Amino acid sequence: MFGKVIGRRLIFSAFILLAVSLLVFGATLLLPGDAARAILGQQATPERIAALNEQLGLDMPAWQRYFSWLGGLFVGDFGTSSASGGPVADLLGERIGASFILMAVAAVISVPLGIGLGVYQALHRGKRRDQAMTGASLVLAAMPEFVIGIALIAIFATSVFQILPAVTLAPPGDPVWHRPEQLVLPTVTLVLVVTPYIVRMMRATMIEVLDSGYVEMARLKGVPEKRVILRHAVPHALGPVAQVIAIQLAWLAGGVVVVEFLFRYPGLGQALIDAVTYRDVQVVQAISMLVAAVYVVVNLLADVVGILTNPKLRSAA
Amino acid sequence: MSTDMNNLDDLKSQVAEGAEVPKESQTTYTPFFKRVLAQKQGKIGLVLTLVIVILALCGPLLLPWATGNTATEFVAKPFSPYGLFGSDNLGRDVLSRFIAGGLTLIVYAVIATALGMIVGAIVGMLAAYVGGRFDAVIMRINDVFLAIPQLVFALLAITVLGPQGWVLVTVIGLTHAPRIARVARSATLGVVTEDYIRAAEMYAMPRWKVLFRELLPNITGPLSVEAGLRLTYSIGYIASLSFLGLGLQPPAADWGLMINENRIALSIQPWGVLLPVIAIALLTIGTNLLADSFARATASTSVEA
Amino acid sequence: MSTTKTHTVRHDHANEPNEKIVLRVTDLAVVTNAGDEILHGVDFALSRGEILGLVGESGSGKTTAGLACMGHFREGLKFGSGSVSIWPRGDETAVEVVDLDEVAVRSLRGSRIAYIPQDPALSLNPAMRVGEQIREVLDIHGFGSSERERAERVAAVLVDVGLPGDRAYQKRWPHQLSGGQQQRIGIAMAFAMFPDVLILDEPTTGLDVSTQAVVLDTIRQMTVANNVAGLYITHDLAVIKDISDRVAVMLRGDLVEEGPVSAVLERPQHEYTKMLMAAVPDLAGRKTIGYGAASLEDVERESDASSEAGTKDGSKGAPTHILVSAGEASGAANSAKAEDRTSTSADASLLEVRDLELAYGKAQILNGINLALEPGECTMLLGESGSGKTTLSQCVAGLNDDYSGSVRLRGTELARSTRKRTNDQRVGIQYVFQSPFSSLNPRRSIGQSLSVPLEMSGEGTAATRKATVEEALDSVRLGRSFYHRRPGDLSGGERQRAAIARALVNAPSVMVCDEITSALDVSVQASIVALLRSLREERQLAMLFVTHNIALSRHIADNLAVLNKGTIVDYGPTSSVLENPSHEYTRSLIADVPKF
Repeated sequence: MFGKVIGRRLIFSAFILLAVSLLVFGATLLLPGDAARAILGQQATPERIAALNEQLGLDMPAWQRYFSWLGGLFVGDFGTSSASGGPVADLLGERIGASFILMAVAAVISVPLGIGLGVYQALHRGKRRDQAMTGASLVLAAMPEFVIGIALIAIFATSVFQILPAVTLAPPGDPVWHRPEQLVLPTVTLVLVVTPYIVRMMRATMIEVLDSGYVEMARLKGVPEKRVILRHAVPHALGPVAQVIAIQLAWLAGGVVVVEFLFRYPGLGQALIDAVTYRDVQVVQAISMLVAAVYVVVNLLADVVGILTNPKLRSAA
Repeated sequence: MSTDMNNLDDLKSQVAEGAEVPKESQTTYTPFFKRVLAQKQGKIGLVLTLVIVILALCGPLLLPWATGNTATEFVAKPFSPYGLFGSDNLGRDVLSRFIAGGLTLIVYAVIATALGMIVGAIVGMLAAYVGGRFDAVIMRINDVFLAIPQLVFALLAITVLGPQGWVLVTVIGLTHAPRIARVARSATLGVVTEDYIRAAEMYAMPRWKVLFRELLPNITGPLSVEAGLRLTYSIGYIASLSFLGLGLQPPAADWGLMINENRIALSIQPWGVLLPVIAIALLTIGTNLLADSFARATASTSVEA
Repeated sequence: MSTTKTHTVRHDHANEPNEKIVLRVTDLAVVTNAGDEILHGVDFALSRGEILGLVGESGSGKTTAGLACMGHFREGLKFGSGSVSIWPRGDETAVEVVDLDEVAVRSLRGSRIAYIPQDPALSLNPAMRVGEQIREVLDIHGFGSSERERAERVAAVLVDVGLPGDRAYQKRWPHQLSGGQQQRIGIAMAFAMFPDVLILDEPTTGLDVSTQAVVLDTIRQMTVANNVAGLYITHDLAVIKDISDRVAVMLRGDLVEEGPVSAVLERPQHEYTKMLMAAVPDLAGRKTIGYGAASLEDVERESDASSEAGTKDGSKGAPTHILVSAGEASGAANSAKAEDRTSTSADASLLEVRDLELAYGKAQILNGINLALEPGECTMLLGESGSGKTTLSQCVAGLNDDYSGSVRLRGTELARSTRKRTNDQRVGIQYVFQSPFSSLNPRRSIGQSLSVPLEMSGEGTAATRKATVEEALDSVRLGRSFYHRRPGDLSGGERQRAAIARALVNAPSVMVCDEITSALDVSVQASIVALLRSLREERQLAMLFVTHNIALSRHIADNLAVLNKGTIVDYGPTSSVLENPSHEYTRSLIADVPKF
């Protein structure tokens, strides 16, 4: 029964990705008339320009280029990097794993942490510790990732403690997880950026749920407080919070760019910045599509959580 | 057993009050800004924001005073004759570059936010008010834009169009728009079903008047919260892009760029990094606190009983 | 605070200590966290096998008193002083509920004192199967000795409340049940542990009359069968008369009168109880509602200026807006004529609805509706929720343009939407919305909102518009001082008056009133009904009065149209429909409504 709902969401997700691909591809049409010259600069030889034009497929009509690019995406062919000359897939291949590990660790820490702190605050609402935590989360949520990251570097890697590496030192080809200590600061930065939003949303939703008729009814039935929270309150808060978590995790995909740049972390974000600097359009397109795919998948997961915690949706299909 | 006659007068007023809310307080409405400033975070937020904004706006005027520096080499010492906070790796005075470096950031952020608010609020309100297929199409387009993080979107635009000021402002403003539109739409949806809107329709009030006279005043609360939040994010994105080297280009003085240029020397000349980092942090904290106090002021409107 | 405590009128000595009493509340005070007292020392006692009705209007503190019996105080409230004693079955000594620690209170709740909430849709956990929710009570309080015993009890109590007790039914989710079934789940949950005391918090408020009758019946039976002491909290005196043995009347945190139902309702002693009794509409139409309440309101308003005893007497003596209650004298004659005219239709009626149909997809909302309205005449459109009555009234007003058929004003067919109707046609039919809390823009002053109809019809200058609005404010007995105030500063009744004034500024010939009293307390309802009656007199205003409350019919309407599932099943002069209902539905409606 709920396969139908999920099926609809899947179709919708596919539609989103298709539209995103149009958008991402359409952006390249905004390239100045002579794209190759704009990319290579005024001193470029005509041969190089012609080569690049061919590489970019600029000699074909736009719709043809779009479909060959889109077709390539399905088989893992992301085109050719104009900066390195090699296939984009090779360039990104090893970096995907490094970025994924960073995001996954950050997510695994911040989601339960955010939910737990949010519930804790809701249960102590109005008290001093609730207000203090609200203040702290407001301050953290305000600051851009790199500000938090630099503050952490200043405290733990340079002036005050000097116990953790300020940048990633792994030689190329060596997987990042071989030196876990270099993962600490980037992960903590991401956790500090993402958690406050989850906490705030969880707190707000929990307060709403705690004021609801069914929670009052459970208490008037004599249900012990712990069971009231775990059985009657939290499940209702999870559905709406899952949506926010999804948005935050997808946002992580953007935040990871700055954090990787700051810590010289060999992931997709770092590659993206390099590609933007060298105007390596194919790489930027590929990474944009990957990020959008992450967003769609995470949202799909949030929908599943929403459906599982709400029997009305579950049986609606 | 009998009625207490002495209390009858009291009682009658009580009866009437029981049915009708007390009348003494002629108006319970407090202006929005007063409700904002009645809160601690409202006050702190406003002070922080004002301090940084004034510093950034007046910075260029103070420059002649601050640039008393003649050093041509890297001077890490604070409080030295080479300027209050030393000089950077190119021998430029850190303090004067700091004072001059906030203006562009703030101006860009404000313009981007204003652009996003105008486009987003109009689109969101229209989607909710017109409804039907128009609403569905607008919201689907919105979903597509939401699938790409704003920063990635900005990077895509910069790749194609180059790291220019108008590109930054436009792309950040326009990527705010779908997010603001969502908020404006749901706020409008909450109001559009109210009977006073239907009453206005019933009296054949022109639609633009319904939008601006009846709807807009009732969603200024959520919109102001959104404006505060978006301003915070705009500052963050624009500073981040400068930090990534994709905003203002050297040799411009800009906080984000300064952090990028000086972070290699963080341990020996921390001021070049710390001053702009602290300024950006205080500014975003200030605007975020303001946004939060807007939200609280909206929630406690007490216009509705 | 015992100093401010109001004396309670007591009709007998049942409140004195005796062995039938199961729960006794003495001098109970509840305060807000800020320290304001909202219950000022309340005394009452609940006896085994009896139901005490606790009646009061909104803000009287009746729910707070009921929840305090369970040792529960809502967010922002706390216990002040006094005592709540309960004598559980088999125990000799009393338990002091407010002195118990959390664990002990918890073991009482749901087992010795059970609660039936106002809105079952909000109070059942939407993510738990209904059987499981009943089962939870048994598990927590350790009912019986085995799993099987508990499972059997769940099934048994479901059967007791008239629901199927089988597994499949227990596995349903709350949203798969109707409102009446959900409420019966709530009742089953309350009776599962064989409690001694039952607190019922307006358990039938959201339900239709027929469902309400069934639920009340279930409650009554279960109380007697289980020999439980019940506290029935409600604002509805008619329900009290139906279900309870004794009644206690609350007014702003005080208990003002208490005694057996018959004694209190037939010979009310306290001024407030008398006023309430006068305000309750009765189906038989023996009295004129609104007079007493309206005069009390007027007293309040006048005593703002000068609190002289003489003024009160004066206003009481002057029948400013008293009217014959039943439509007998002029009404019946009028409507007889109306019937003639609808059949001949030689000269057009003021308002005529012909063959009006409306369907959304397969759902037929309205089915061939025919109605006619003459100047100065009031037709009541009666229907339960989902009958299509609001849709119909909105079609008439031009707020809903999806219908087919015709609406004619003075013989001219009207365009479907107000925007396409001419100015005169728009002015001719005015509509008053149901909720006074939503019909006025909170950001604009009453004067601004009331000027809109005049502005839009392009009438007069700003100055003359202001004069007209002030006049309208006077005619709804609000006064000009309200011109500059905002809706947030007004009570529900005042807002509804302002909304009526907005409909009056253009001097319409037809006014459509959509459930305009259903969100209001009964005394305010009475004053609004009185206002409408006098407006009809003064302005020869024709009215379509839409409501679910059949008891109001004789108090306001000449004609009565009964709407059931989109079809008018009974239509004619009020008295003849009520006395000789032709349709089965009307008959059951009249039978189910609690008689007052």
